[in-house]
Amino acid sequence: MITVNLAIIIPFLAAILVPFLHKTIKRIHIGWFVFIISSALFIFLIRYIPNIANGDTYLYTIRWIPSYNINFTTYLDGLSLIFALLITGIGALVTIYSINYLSSDENLSHFYSYLLLFMGAMLGVVFSDNIMILYVFWELTSISSFLLIAFWYHRKRSREGAQKSLLITVSGGFAMLVGFIMLFVMTETMSVREIIATVPNFNEHPLFIPALILILLGAFTKSVQFPFHIWLPTAMEAPTPVSAYLHSATMVKAGIYLVARFTPVFGGELTWFWLVTGIGLLTMFWGSFNAIRQTDLKALLAYSTISQLGMIMSMFGMSSAALQNGYSLDSVVYTQAAFAALFHLMNHSTFKGALFMVVGIVDHELGTRDIRRLGGLATLMPITFTIAIIGSFSMAGLPPFNGFLSKEMFFTAALNISNLQFSSETWMNLIPIVAWVASIFTFVYCMIFVFKTFLGNYQEEKLEHPAYEAPFGMLISPAILGALVILIFFFPNVLGEYVLTPAMYSIFPYMNGELGLHINQWHGFNTELMLTIGVIILGTLLYISLRHWKKIYRLLPEKWSFNTLYGNVLEKTESISNAVTNSYMTGYLRDYMVYIYLFFIIAVGGTLFRTQSFLFNIEGNSEITGFELLITLAMMIAAVAILLAKSRLTAIILNSVIGYGIAILFVIFRAPDLALTQTIIETVTTVLFLAAYYFLPEWKKEESKKRSKGVNAIISVAVGVIFTTIALAVQNGKLFESISYFYENSYELAGGNNIVNAILGDFRAFDTMLEVVVLLIAGLGVYTFIKLKARKGDKPLEDK
Amino acid sequence: MEILIIILGGVLFAPAIYNLLQKQLLRIIIGTVLLSHGAHLLILTMGKLKTGQPPILMDGITEYTDPLPQALILTSIVISFGITSLLLVLAYRTTRENNTDNMEQLRGKSNE
Repeated sequence: MITVNLAIIIPFLAAILVPFLHKTIKRIHIGWFVFIISSALFIFLIRYIPNIANGDTYLYTIRWIPSYNINFTTYLDGLSLIFALLITGIGALVTIYSINYLSSDENLSHFYSYLLLFMGAMLGVVFSDNIMILYVFWELTSISSFLLIAFWYHRKRSREGAQKSLLITVSGGFAMLVGFIMLFVMTETMSVREIIATVPNFNEHPLFIPALILILLGAFTKSVQFPFHIWLPTAMEAPTPVSAYLHSATMVKAGIYLVARFTPVFGGELTWFWLVTGIGLLTMFWGSFNAIRQTDLKALLAYSTISQLGMIMSMFGMSSAALQNGYSLDSVVYTQAAFAALFHLMNHSTFKGALFMVVGIVDHELGTRDIRRLGGLATLMPITFTIAIIGSFSMAGLPPFNGFLSKEMFFTAALNISNLQFSSETWMNLIPIVAWVASIFTFVYCMIFVFKTFLGNYQEEKLEHPAYEAPFGMLISPAILGALVILIFFFPNVLGEYVLTPAMYSIFPYMNGELGLHINQWHGFNTELMLTIGVIILGTLLYISLRHWKKIYRLLPEKWSFNTLYGNVLEKTESISNAVTNSYMTGYLRDYMVYIYLFFIIAVGGTLFRTQSFLFNIEGNSEITGFELLITLAMMIAAVAILLAKSRLTAIILNSVIGYGIAILFVIFRAPDLALTQTIIETVTTVLFLAAYYFLPEWKKEESKKRSKGVNAIISVAVGVIFTTIALAVQNGKLFESISYFYENSYELAGGNNIVNAILGDFRAFDTMLEVVVLLIAGLGVYTFIKLKARKGDKPLEDK
Repeated sequence: MEILIIILGGVLFAPAIYNLLQKQLLRIIIGTVLLSHGAHLLILTMGKLKTGQPPILMDGITEYTDPLPQALILTSIVISFGITSLLLVLAYRTTRENNTDNMEQLRGKSNE
């Protein structure tokens, strides 16, 4: 049984195969293999359309981490089918196009591996029912997109664009992961279907709004919504097939998919409505407004993609109004917005893909994408020109192209929303106005795209190559897409009935009424048509007077742009963290010791103080004799005197005074073995010190500032006091009896009279063994330090 | 007696820490030696002092001093001796290689 899970896995397997095939089969272009894979997947998915249209859904599960509820579950319904068809279909077309676009001395096996990796990841995103798996594939799309943007990695700008896109989309993806975990905490399930089924039970939960905002962050960063749109124009450094595929048709729609998928979960929330609609409209306006000032064709298309995605996003936001007040027949009217959004999503993929390929052809044939150098190509490249006209007029929303239909539906949705009564009048009326103004700007940049490139004067002296029509192979894909643009206009209801309506039932699972809409090309003279005519008239006027009002863009200087902000944030983050690190990592050992002791004083001393664990009583203490007092006092004096010693010899002698004092104390405290060891060790240590004394430089007076001396003194006294206090408290706070009576059977158990030796050699012999190892290592270390030297002619040891 | 020894431990600790905060290698090493002395005394005091005879079994004696801290200290003395000797040789080599035993001048490179 071939399942949808397999459809996800196949591209990954193929991505592994690509390098091998590329090495073995030299004669056939490796792109054809990729084309076979993607078109086979497309055909495989097409076969599901009738069943899906009948309301069937397909669910397959492969166990992955069942103990964590994480299973590789795929769910095929109307919504995921739309996206999967786009991914595989446009993928196949882009592959044909790239076969002709990329020259054979490029690293093709890398390119197609990344492309297949991306395709598999994207299919995984739209089919996954488990949110964790969805997140895994989501990040895989980010990574493969990163690799594809930086495909020409020797160019600095490619690397920068790739880095920017990765940083922004991965931050958003991470926020999304947190949102998913919150969802899991609220619903205790990771399956999207089950989450949707349990919606009413948790929408009062305190985590509901945070989860909503975090998941939207993920969607907005991926779908280039304001203000995260800045990565898309810089991602245009990628090869054009990549721009056409990832940055117009598929990856940037992943956020749209997420919003559509989670509309049943969050749609009833006003925050969702305002965020999605508001940000969507703002993005639409900002993108279309900025597209006009671009001089690079791909940058213009990037901003236009931003704007169109904002439009789709805002429509999904509007459709969530249907869920505001429960499900009633009156609210079905708002679901039309989602229908329009899905329709425009399909349309946008068709015409935007075609337009990117057109730009690629122009770039490929003439060696430039700069509008200021182009012009007058219409007669030289007639087919390309035709496709460009179809694409951009569709983008502008003119008949007889599919963009017109979705634009009309968009206006309808915006006008419907403005009649809603859950907020102030003015805000609601703003929605259609902003939408309309943004559409005017859209019209202007579409005209710029066509007329500045293909009409006007042909400037041969500014071009690298003279203009010729592109090879046939490059024209296939854009021609197919252009044909689709027109076909969809004339037969929109085929698409609507079979593909879009089932997706509507995925978004609004509880709407049992008539969700399916009939699309009319002509619906009489109504407000929407008036708005479109207004767009055309005003847009034309603006286009003609472009030269006069272009000065407005100078009001927005470069230093206030979001790109600059992003750059500054990146730079400041680095420089500030550098400054912070350098401020406390001084490289002086003393400073680090000061930190450690300060922490010790604050943590341990603070705990002592807070828990009030001072204990002091002298009951049960043994008595002090005069001799012991004398020894102790002598040691104290010696310890302090070390600090004041004028010469090294004095310090070493004082040090041994303390050592022998300790040995005497051991004698007094009935520890013969200790006294013996301490005496020997102290002697050897003194000898060592004296040996070192001979080699070490003179005992210098410490030349440090008064202040640091004071700090040292305070710290050392404080540490001493804290230790003393702790020891006193512990000494008087016996919790339980000693276990030492056990060792008093040492004769029976270990056959020795000396209890200490029995402990060392028998009861706790592991300690002794490892202590011997310590001595061995120390001895080896000493030997090495003395003997090992860098021989002459070698590098110094440090650099090895 | 315990109190006196504990105070002695504290008095050993303070100069030890002060020495550790100095710049000259030899002073730092002396600081570590003092630190271990203080630690040994504290361990010994924790098991109560002079509670009986030395921990060597003899007929007719029932009260012994706690042997466990003694065993611990014996281990510790040997280990700290190993460390001290290693540090001394390290100081010797460092001084020979860099012609200084001042910690301020023995700073690492800025990129480390």
